[in-house]
Amino acid sequence: MSLVMDVPAAQSMSRSDLPEKVSVRHLSFFYGETEALKSISLPLHRNEVTAFIGPSGCGKSTLLRVLNRMYDLYPNQRAEGEVLLDGENILSPDQDLNLLRARVGMVFQKPTPFPMSIYDNIAFGIKLYERMNKAELDRRVEEALRGAALWNEVKDKLGASGLSLSGGQQQRLCIARTVAIHPEVILFDEPCSALDPISTAKIEELIDELSEQYTIAIVTHNMQQAARVSEYAAFMYLGELIEFDRTRRVFTSPEKKQTQDYITGRFG
Amino acid sequence: MALYDARRRSNTIVMGLCVAASAFGLAFLVLILLALLWNGLAGLTPSVFIEMTPPPGSSGGLLNAILGSLIMTVLGVAFGAPLGMLAGTYMAEYGRYSKLTFFVRFINDILLSAPSIIVGLFVYEVIVVRMGHFSGIAGAIALAVIVVPVVVRTTEDMLLLVPGPLREAATALGLPRSHMIIRVAYRAARAGLVTGVLLAVARVSGETAPLLFTALNNQFLSTNLNAPMASVPAVIFQFALSPYRDWQQLAWTGALIITFAVLALSITARVLARQRIAK
Repeated sequence: MSLVMDVPAAQSMSRSDLPEKVSVRHLSFFYGETEALKSISLPLHRNEVTAFIGPSGCGKSTLLRVLNRMYDLYPNQRAEGEVLLDGENILSPDQDLNLLRARVGMVFQKPTPFPMSIYDNIAFGIKLYERMNKAELDRRVEEALRGAALWNEVKDKLGASGLSLSGGQQQRLCIARTVAIHPEVILFDEPCSALDPISTAKIEELIDELSEQYTIAIVTHNMQQAARVSEYAAFMYLGELIEFDRTRRVFTSPEKKQTQDYITGRFG
Repeated sequence: MALYDARRRSNTIVMGLCVAASAFGLAFLVLILLALLWNGLAGLTPSVFIEMTPPPGSSGGLLNAILGSLIMTVLGVAFGAPLGMLAGTYMAEYGRYSKLTFFVRFINDILLSAPSIIVGLFVYEVIVVRMGHFSGIAGAIALAVIVVPVVVRTTEDMLLLVPGPLREAATALGLPRSHMIIRVAYRAARAGLVTGVLLAVARVSGETAPLLFTALNNQFLSTNLNAPMASVPAVIFQFALSPYRDWQQLAWTGALIITFAVLALSITARVLARQRIAK
């Protein structure tokens, strides 16, 4: 999908065809009095992978956690500005958080399978939103596990505990669980930082495949990973968005010196 | 090298002191258990489980007391455990950061270490005096008052051990908080929650003071909750103080039974708790 569109063409398209699935506008975020994000504006393009990179504490995870309002679980955290999902502000107090989180899924740094069987880990979320018979549910579980490239490894032990899988398999189970409820956006919060290189490669391949259907944001500390999986990259530093562009450009000819210093390993 | 030798010597001394202290503490426990076995086993016959507490000078058993203890313990836990679990759930899940939780936790800790005789007196004032007579239900309520703080504490502690990311992961799927708690947090903490309830059962099954003021005692087999009810600890208390040999023997046997029942419960609770960690 091309990034540059002339304005009349964009206006004539229906809302769901807009290239920006999510638009973050002048977003500021506060932990108590501390301002962790300073008036950030950036888009998440439909069916593309956008990477948030930057040194620890730059606010990239915070930004991710605003996109599904995960911060609402905790007191004294608040966001200002706008985050539009298909044109609607999800920061509005009227937003139904459970429905929002069904549309915007999240995969965490450490694999977090629920203490139940592999099958139930997936079926659990589906049953929450849809009523269906056993055969249909079986089909959906299989579809999700195939989607997460895990089906062949677990198809003979769906009744085993999700906790019995290896770290990489657990993480793919978590991805399967997320895609099972058919979200529109998937947020990855350093999904490979607890995994070995082989598992990492599998997850990256998966993210690439998933981007055909989903809009994806990924936080990563790993520059190579950002370069491998993302189409767009946002470089953040101390709560500010320093640079946002096509990943290729950010990595080959960054506009800002700070970006260049970071990606070449001079700080961070 | 001299420094290393000195360190080794001090290590040996401290180690020796620790062993001595443990042996000192355990010795009493072993002595009590031996005395219980020695005196209690002598009277442990089938009639203990099938006959009523006797009048002085005749033979009998503890059936009415054992049954009374079972009824009041089960009822006490049935009243107290759900209340305690709900409160503990509020503190760990809904009100984790609220002042109310801080306040409740403080009060609960006081209640946890309050002498049980005070609980007995409280229930005596509030229920026995109003009803006009001692009753099994008053005994069960007194036990429930003791169960609540134990279960509140273990429920909160166990839920706080459930990793935050698991909670976030459930929330990120769009689960309402109630679903997240019941389907994920309770499940992750299941063994710990059961352990807490079992420990509460162990705690109340040996309580005497609160029952003396509430259920009193009963010479006869009674399942009427509106009437005084016998219990093993109350019978032990009464019989052990008596001058009659066969009453004293029954008190020893009752003590043996209740000690081993509590021991069995504690071991079960520990085994369950260990399974939780092993996972």
